[in-house]
Amino acid sequence: MATIPIGAEGRIAAVRAARRGYRVLRELPMVPLVILTVLAAVAVLAPVLAPHGKLDPVKPTREQCVAKFGAGDCPYVDNAPPFWSAGGRLDTPLGTDFLGRDVLSRLMYGARISLIVALTGTLFAGAIGTVLGVLAGYMGRWWDQIIMRITDAWLTLPSLAFAILLSSVRGPGLWNVVLILALVFWSRYSRAVRGEVLALRERDFVKLAEINGIGKLTIIRRHLIPNVMNTVMVLFSLQVGVAVIIEASLSFLGVGVPPPEPSWGLLMAQERESLLEGRWWLEVFPGICITMLVLSANMLGDWLRVHLDPQLRNR
Amino acid sequence: MKRYVLVRALYSVVTLWLLVTIIFGLVRLTGDPVAMKAEAGADAAYVAQLRQSWGLDQPLHWQYLGFVGRLLRGDFGHSFEKSLPVRDIYFERLPNSLKLGFAAFLISIVLGVPFGMLSALKVNSVWDNTGKGIALLGLSMPGFFVGLILIIVFGIELRWLPVLGKGSSAFVGSAPSTWLTFWFRDWAHLAMPAFALGWYFSGAMLRITRSGMLDVLGSDYIKLVRLKGVPEAVVVAKHALKNSMIPVLTFAGLNLLIMVNVAVVIEVIFNWPGVGQLLYDALSNRDFPMVQGVVLMSGLMIVLLNFTIDVLYGCVDPRIRLSR
Repeated sequence: MATIPIGAEGRIAAVRAARRGYRVLRELPMVPLVILTVLAAVAVLAPVLAPHGKLDPVKPTREQCVAKFGAGDCPYVDNAPPFWSAGGRLDTPLGTDFLGRDVLSRLMYGARISLIVALTGTLFAGAIGTVLGVLAGYMGRWWDQIIMRITDAWLTLPSLAFAILLSSVRGPGLWNVVLILALVFWSRYSRAVRGEVLALRERDFVKLAEINGIGKLTIIRRHLIPNVMNTVMVLFSLQVGVAVIIEASLSFLGVGVPPPEPSWGLLMAQERESLLEGRWWLEVFPGICITMLVLSANMLGDWLRVHLDPQLRNR
Repeated sequence: MKRYVLVRALYSVVTLWLLVTIIFGLVRLTGDPVAMKAEAGADAAYVAQLRQSWGLDQPLHWQYLGFVGRLLRGDFGHSFEKSLPVRDIYFERLPNSLKLGFAAFLISIVLGVPFGMLSALKVNSVWDNTGKGIALLGLSMPGFFVGLILIIVFGIELRWLPVLGKGSSAFVGSAPSTWLTFWFRDWAHLAMPAFALGWYFSGAMLRITRSGMLDVLGSDYIKLVRLKGVPEAVVVAKHALKNSMIPVLTFAGLNLLIMVNVAVVIEVIFNWPGVGQLLYDALSNRDFPMVQGVVLMSGLMIVLLNFTIDVLYGCVDPRIRLSR
């Protein structure tokens, strides 16, 4: 029998923990996590990182003014190309927009808007949907009938149509978009959560709690909601991507986040004329940002789905 | 069967009624239909007049009854801009949207279904990973971004395809000669918007095909067919394909309706005069009845489609129609 020297248990445990940590780390989906971390860091640190303000035109150099306007002094140089083309400069690496504002800085501030709107909107939707889904699944009878009929009706409308209808009475505005996202997407959660709760409420631990005379609200809070969190997390991460696209679409249509705030969708809408004049970069950069964010949210969601949903582990 | 159809019809009616009620309620709870037309600081008399002309000064239950009553008679309201019934404007635009929708639909199927099957047949192979990658990219790249890239490449740099509009062909209800030719002309105009619109849905289609196919391939009857020594190609083509297509077709029908009614951003980018652009114009003209009418129309069409699908399922599958 091997003897373990006194004081070594701690070391062995530490090694095991490190190994386990490494295993978990290796299984994590690195690509989306890295992209999301970078985007989140950029969003939080935008005022520090951005080379220029989000709304102020960049002060041009004398040569640029001469080249563009033939005068030594001008308020701004609009539509400057990115640094690799002729006429671009490293000070504004991705060029400037139609009002001479730095595109890179605006994209950085745009990350804030996209993340805030998509995350809070989806969070509210998830909260409403989870509560209603648990109520429908656990209370049964009339609760179930009423909530699920409403959910079904809610699900029939395409989300963009619903969002457009609501935005037509709310008008543009950042928090209006959040409200709209919450109102449009809660039904996705209530449907999935209700199904989960129907199975959960037959399980022994819920039955035992009921036999012990624990109140319904306590059972919902202590036993049901923690157990549906896996499903909710998976849906949440998958919905964030959809929410980003809906926000960008609404902003593109002029009923989302209002100008001059640099929402990515709005940037794309504003630069459609410059596209026809050959300045494609002003369209492509925000598009790439949206795609990266949605892509990494979707990848993370897929990963979570595979790892948290036992039925899907073999897919 | 008759009983089953009746029950489904009843469900559809209830869903439709709930939908109408939800729209009515939400619009009045979250905002004000007049707010869109009259900006902040507008003349109070003007606002009051607007409210009166839309019947918004009446008590809520009267407004609601009037709203439902008009809908029952097929009256979706009057456009503010054009002072025409919303329904007429909608149906005038519908053929354009149908053309775009069908083309996008075909593209999404052609891209999605074969790759999805390939993915499912060779699980965890290079093909599967490529398929998954395409699906992921399809779901992550917004259609309008794809559309803009297409415009840059094929419209502006290469100058192969026209960038804006739907071409000269038009569907005119009173001229039967246009009824058929409309669908087969101006495909150059159609190519880019249809691809941009179909792109997003092809990713979803690929996923549905893949998971449907995997379900069927893992089922007992396929195992039995394989045990009999039937060649793999026949197993797939004859036995697996049909059953795995059921969820795909259901999903495809819904997608088609969404593409027809909610291709707003794509239609705006390509200046395609369909229902989506109608919605956008209504938004920018502050034409609330028009927005509401188009949304109600798309809801109505989707409920009808769901009903049809349910009935078709009932016809095909006795387990479904006898379960109630």
